[in-house]
Amino acid sequence: MTTETTKKFNIDTVENAAKTPDTELPWAELGLKQNEFDEIVKVLGRRPTGAELAMYSVMWSEHCSYKSSKNHLRQFGQKVTEEMKKDMLVGIGENAGVTNLGDGWAVTFKIESHNSPSFVEPYQGAATGIGGIVRDIISMGARPVAVMDPLRFGAIDHPDTARVMHGAVAGIGGYGNSLGLPNIGGEMVFDSVYQGNPLVNALAVGVMRHEDIRLANASGKGNRVVLFGARTGGDGIGGASVLASESFDDTKPSKRPAVQVGDPFAEKVLIECCLELFKGSLVEGIQDLGAAGISCATSELASNGDGGMQVELTSVLLRDPTLTPGEILMSESQERMMAVVTPENVEAFEAVMDKWAVEYSWLGEVTDTGRLIITWEGDVIVDVDPRTVAHDGPVYDRPFARPEWQDSVQADTFTGSVQDAGRPAGPASLAAAVTELVASPNMCSKSWITNQYDRYVGGNTSMAFPDDAGVVRVDEESGLGVALATDANGRYTYLDPYHGAQLALAEAYRNVATAGAIPMAVSDCLNFGSPEDPDVMWQLAEAIRGLSDACMVLGIPVTGGNVSLYNQTGTTPIHPSPVVAVLGKLDDVARRTPSGWREDGQAIYLLGTTADDLDGSEWANMRGHLGGQPPKVDLEAERALGEILINGSRDGMIDSAHDLSEGGLAAALVESSLRYGVGARIALQDIVDRDGVDLFTALFSESQGRAVVGVPRSEEVRFTDMCTARGFAHTRIGVVDAASGTLDINGVESLSLDDLREAHEGTLPKYFG
Amino acid sequence: MTELPLIGEAIAVAAEPRLAGARIGVVTFPGTLDDRDAARAVRLAGGTAVELWHGDAELGDVDAVIIPGGFSYGDYLRAGAIARFAPLMSKIIDAANSDAKLPVLGICNGFQILTESHLLPGSMIKNDHLKFLCRDQVLRVENSNTAWTLDYEAGQEITIPLKNQDGQYIADEKTLDALEAEGRVVFRYVGFNPNGSRRDIAGISNAAGNVVGLMPHPEHAVEPGFGPESLDGIGGSDTDGLGFFTSVLNKIVGGDK
Repeated sequence: MTTETTKKFNIDTVENAAKTPDTELPWAELGLKQNEFDEIVKVLGRRPTGAELAMYSVMWSEHCSYKSSKNHLRQFGQKVTEEMKKDMLVGIGENAGVTNLGDGWAVTFKIESHNSPSFVEPYQGAATGIGGIVRDIISMGARPVAVMDPLRFGAIDHPDTARVMHGAVAGIGGYGNSLGLPNIGGEMVFDSVYQGNPLVNALAVGVMRHEDIRLANASGKGNRVVLFGARTGGDGIGGASVLASESFDDTKPSKRPAVQVGDPFAEKVLIECCLELFKGSLVEGIQDLGAAGISCATSELASNGDGGMQVELTSVLLRDPTLTPGEILMSESQERMMAVVTPENVEAFEAVMDKWAVEYSWLGEVTDTGRLIITWEGDVIVDVDPRTVAHDGPVYDRPFARPEWQDSVQADTFTGSVQDAGRPAGPASLAAAVTELVASPNMCSKSWITNQYDRYVGGNTSMAFPDDAGVVRVDEESGLGVALATDANGRYTYLDPYHGAQLALAEAYRNVATAGAIPMAVSDCLNFGSPEDPDVMWQLAEAIRGLSDACMVLGIPVTGGNVSLYNQTGTTPIHPSPVVAVLGKLDDVARRTPSGWREDGQAIYLLGTTADDLDGSEWANMRGHLGGQPPKVDLEAERALGEILINGSRDGMIDSAHDLSEGGLAAALVESSLRYGVGARIALQDIVDRDGVDLFTALFSESQGRAVVGVPRSEEVRFTDMCTARGFAHTRIGVVDAASGTLDINGVESLSLDDLREAHEGTLPKYFG
Repeated sequence: MTELPLIGEAIAVAAEPRLAGARIGVVTFPGTLDDRDAARAVRLAGGTAVELWHGDAELGDVDAVIIPGGFSYGDYLRAGAIARFAPLMSKIIDAANSDAKLPVLGICNGFQILTESHLLPGSMIKNDHLKFLCRDQVLRVENSNTAWTLDYEAGQEITIPLKNQDGQYIADEKTLDALEAEGRVVFRYVGFNPNGSRRDIAGISNAAGNVVGLMPHPEHAVEPGFGPESLDGIGGSDTDGLGFFTSVLNKIVGGDK
């Protein structure tokens, strides 16, 4: 096959490149800037070949090189104390960070974006988002154990939203369900700023024994390099079509899909096959193929190793035999892995492949030359220092400046605004307001989505949506497990990027602590507009600075993540949306705290204090207002609250806990009641008196550092003593009422749980069927 | 190399001595997802779980077989249509039809494989609402005399998770009438038919009662803290599914219930 194929190409060899320095190359069409192309020529000492140009162009893209954000991202590595490093087994830079869980267990997790493919083709875009992040987790040597998906769509009533929503949810379900990974949570936000730029982020978490940790490096001269999994096809190489001059074959498909197509069955088999390889210690280094495909895998493996690598490109198994060398190097076909195997393990490796009926091809071997050499039928078409491809891409100090409009936006507070006219006050209008809130697009029940995901598979899911965090058991004997939450608030971050990013971290931290878990590590997905817009660049810089500062205060390190830029329609960027995932640890998942109360007569406490934090709130959003300052951040208070929630869970002092965030106390009370269908009687006069707010503000303010907890009667003294000793504000606001079937709040008309449930659960079916 | 257990792999649970000798095979096909869960359920019920591989030529020393859920071969063809041709399946079909009447339970994709294998009549098509649906489902045990339902009472209602895309049970009227007449409708959906299945049928058996298939997942309702009551909290218990596994184990050891 290869002999036939090669005849069709006018192969641009290194030898040829040296002889023809003046050949015009389509570097601009491949997205490179003049200075970047000049740099490649300087690095190589000659013009690049077509194949080299393909590699540099994808590896030096914003997506792969982080060239606009790198200078800022460094803070995540710098603002780290020794204490924070204590449990970090693998930090930023590998496929995913690894955290020590104790008892010989380690956990790895990462969140990534798949935004623009999910707008173009929502089903495949979202599906391959799950596929890609899961392969990152496998690459670390871990068994993936759960996924989560934070989603942001355009306005709920916009005609295009249903297309994106149906496709993305079905894609996440169709792919994730077929992998046998429980989906344990996520987010769903509707806002017109995401109309042309939905955010489809995906998180995966995996666990392993310490000794099973694998890294992406190719070491040991003579070790073999193998590509396995799906065959390489024409997906995701729209950009490479400008290299079509390589081809003399006019019968080849002229249009290539820009979005990759997923095959979850192939991925499931790949997971099991990789785990069997790890169990037998059959691979020395491993790397998944995602963005930039073979270009990325070969250059990263080689540059992280101790030597070089030599690869014969015609050995790659193809789905489409008309692919040119450049296209093969750039193809983003899914469900592929590359590994380094010692000669002694080749036979055993092949036996595992055969058992799982996975296709593989030996591409070449590790060398000691320090060069990545790729040949086509023996002719050298790539001869580079792999570091220059994988790590030494351009880095830009993009100009940034506080937007001129920022001050006027921050001056426009909700309280007293036009939109605040007719603020609900009486019992009837407050009851209507609570019902309207919990039925609103962002606060309504997400069960229409989550019921399309398997939350049971694996048998280790201890909590899932709608609880504050997803909880998965890791060790079936001890009950050791992990809790995960993802959060972001684009409106807060728009109002104040520094504090908005911190609020995202604070909420995720609080959610994990609410579940009873000790927060340990952070992964972030930074979704922003164009870095070439100084306003956006300022938002990005501020968000990273805020997030890294807050991580220091909370004492939890960022172990990995992803940056997604150019999320904008024309010149209008999305709200800056740093999605923050926090991972926590539970010694025994049996102690996890659910978000709803059940037992009649239990006391309900509100922890924390309430201020007039209505700017950027869901209520203001429902009234069409966005301005002012986001809620005040107090990270020390978050930490103190976290300790109370964790100790309360460990010592059996609390039976339920729900954090207060979007929608404030009103949302939390309704959600805690609906969780098990058990009502409550609430009186907020003490809050109103102590904090100097009106009843409306007590219910709808989004002040941070708060939670509602259900405390068994027998534990009340011990619990309040603990809060008092720690100097943390706590007020008994009511009691669980199992018989009433209502949520009764003094000063608010009685709310029937049936009506609340109908309002809460009816919204998504109404819009999406 | 280290020989530590893979995550989610078999773990030692103190099996009930009386039942520990009973060996239940759990079949893994490429694309099977709930195999570890089925094995865990067997262990939690007191028995010994045995891993079976679809390509094995022999069934080996097992007293019963579970074909677990998942998407064998991606369900890219009709669900279960390829798995049915696995070498091990012909052994399972022979053993189920033999005088020894090997107890076989097909869950979800396993049920689909059993209908494709003609061990059970009818077929499953896409849910009537066309979406994947994960929910806690109330079932009525219509027949408590099959190998897998002996520990339930006839008419008992249980809550176990349901999660599938192709769960709508269909058969011609004559077959449905025969199933009803012979008491082979083993489980029926109660309160809500989640997929449009004919006559609310959730699970059926063969004539002898040793082969049972159902769409919902009893293996996901066997452990406190990880079942419907804990995860979703709207009625039910966490362990309503355990009876499937204790039923067959008790039958195998032939002891008192």
